[in-house]
Amino acid sequence: MKKVQFKSNYSQYFFLAPQLLILLIFLYWPIIQTFRDAFTMQDAFGFGSQFAGFDNFLFIFSDPSYFTAFKFTIIYSFIITLITGSIGLLLAVQANKVMHGKSAYKTLLIWPYAIAPAVVGVMANYFFSERYGLLHHLFNNLWGFNWYENVFDAYIYVIIAGSWKQISANFIFFLAGLQAIQKTVIEASIIDCKSNIRRFWTITFPLLMPTTFFLIIINITYAFFDTFGIIDTTTIGAPGSETKTLVYKAYIDGFKGLDLGSAGAQSIMMMIIVLVITIFQFRYIEGKIHYN
Amino acid sequence: MTKFISSTINHFILSIGLLIMIVPIWIIFASSTHSSLFINTNGLQFFLGDNFIDNYSRVLFKQSGFFNEITALKMFFNSFVMATGIATLSVITSLMAAYGLVYFKVKYATFIFWLIFITLLVPLELRIMPSYIVMSKLNLVNTFAGLILPISASAIATFFFRQFYKSIPDELLEAAKLDGTNSLRFFIDFLIPLSRTMIAAVFIFMFVFGYNQYLWPLIMTTSEQYWTVVMGLKTMYGSISDRFAFVIMSMIPPVIIIIFLQKLFIQGIFQNK
Repeated sequence: MKKVQFKSNYSQYFFLAPQLLILLIFLYWPIIQTFRDAFTMQDAFGFGSQFAGFDNFLFIFSDPSYFTAFKFTIIYSFIITLITGSIGLLLAVQANKVMHGKSAYKTLLIWPYAIAPAVVGVMANYFFSERYGLLHHLFNNLWGFNWYENVFDAYIYVIIAGSWKQISANFIFFLAGLQAIQKTVIEASIIDCKSNIRRFWTITFPLLMPTTFFLIIINITYAFFDTFGIIDTTTIGAPGSETKTLVYKAYIDGFKGLDLGSAGAQSIMMMIIVLVITIFQFRYIEGKIHYN
Repeated sequence: MTKFISSTINHFILSIGLLIMIVPIWIIFASSTHSSLFINTNGLQFFLGDNFIDNYSRVLFKQSGFFNEITALKMFFNSFVMATGIATLSVITSLMAAYGLVYFKVKYATFIFWLIFITLLVPLELRIMPSYIVMSKLNLVNTFAGLILPISASAIATFFFRQFYKSIPDELLEAAKLDGTNSLRFFIDFLIPLSRTMIAAVFIFMFVFGYNQYLWPLIMTTSEQYWTVVMGLKTMYGSISDRFAFVIMSMIPPVIIIIFLQKLFIQGIFQNK
């Protein structure tokens, strides 16, 4: 913290109290409840519950649909990160170079960031509907598109819907990262290396590493949690459970299936995954990058 | 000459990017200005029709929902109240908490720090069912407080403000202390004015975040009176062009805010880095 601080016996608690109070009631209470659910078993009629140890966890590990959701979530976050990251970087590099129209490009590429995932899902719904859908017709003519039976086609559907708006976020952060690179570094590198492409990969891209890793985390978090609205307005997990993310499955099992034990165990598994990603970020990535 | 070619390539790639980002929305918008009959026979449209005013005014004022108890206008009002509430509450509590963490010697400081920041690992989606149970125990289902409070229970904003405070030179507090300024005065007279850009950026971020909430309002509002725009999308019934018009209108408030305040938003977010 700061070297110079206020010394006081009580006023710091006045400043901390509002947030701590809200967190305790609306965050810690539900989290404790989640843990309690995860370790108890409710009987089918909801009359009573008993301590179940790790039964709920054993149950989800023996459930093949949990692994389907796990597999899908991993593939989905990987592909979304790859697609949105590379398109965002490509566009940011171009926008950073052009002399004219920079701010117009910037404004027009930024605003889809503000659109809700659920709205994007509803829009994608129209483009992939059998009746009106332009993309449905296009893909159908190419190879016989049928997302509610074919897993590959359903993947394409949710990947396009999920990637689209996230390109904007990647573009914003890459552009800001590029603009933060010192002009003199770039000018010096022009003298040493004439090839544009080589200069990008040897000078610019390594300097963008902090932004890149930051965006990887942002994109993974987006694919894990924010895509809920997209899945719920597009495939609803079809075909079967093939396009259910872990969060979506926990919601369906808990809220629709009323299996609180399983939902609680699934939530705790997700917390562990997020924790691992965060530790990985701090330990390995933050340590290995040099911020100037 | 090579300069000309490379700049043409830059503009070409950017234009493709623009097409990808804008054409989908344009098509939905163009289609929303046709009658449903026309859409049903001819599919999505690329050119504008002449039903713009008809469609949009019908959607805004028509009673919809299962029980016909709510208009789109009311949904916009609800979303606006929810988003403003979330943004205001987050900014105020986070600004204060970050101040308490950075500028004071606090007993158990590490513990309180973790108590606040560990919450970043637990988004609302992970505690949705227990949160609902807690809210119904507190009698907050179907209230604005119920929509706002759990979403404001987030440490993201605290994290931003903490980073920002740490970048402020220590000399400021030293000088203020010499003048005999107390902690409340220092907060109000020095820190808040200094954090203006940051406050604006966090407010915009939280407003868009709050407005775009989908799952929580879906669960929390069993009464149609509290439906928000984003959840209205899924539950609204109506003809196809009504739904197109509704989709377009639903994205207007956050998009306008981002377009007009983008400079402030980006400045604030990157002040930290």
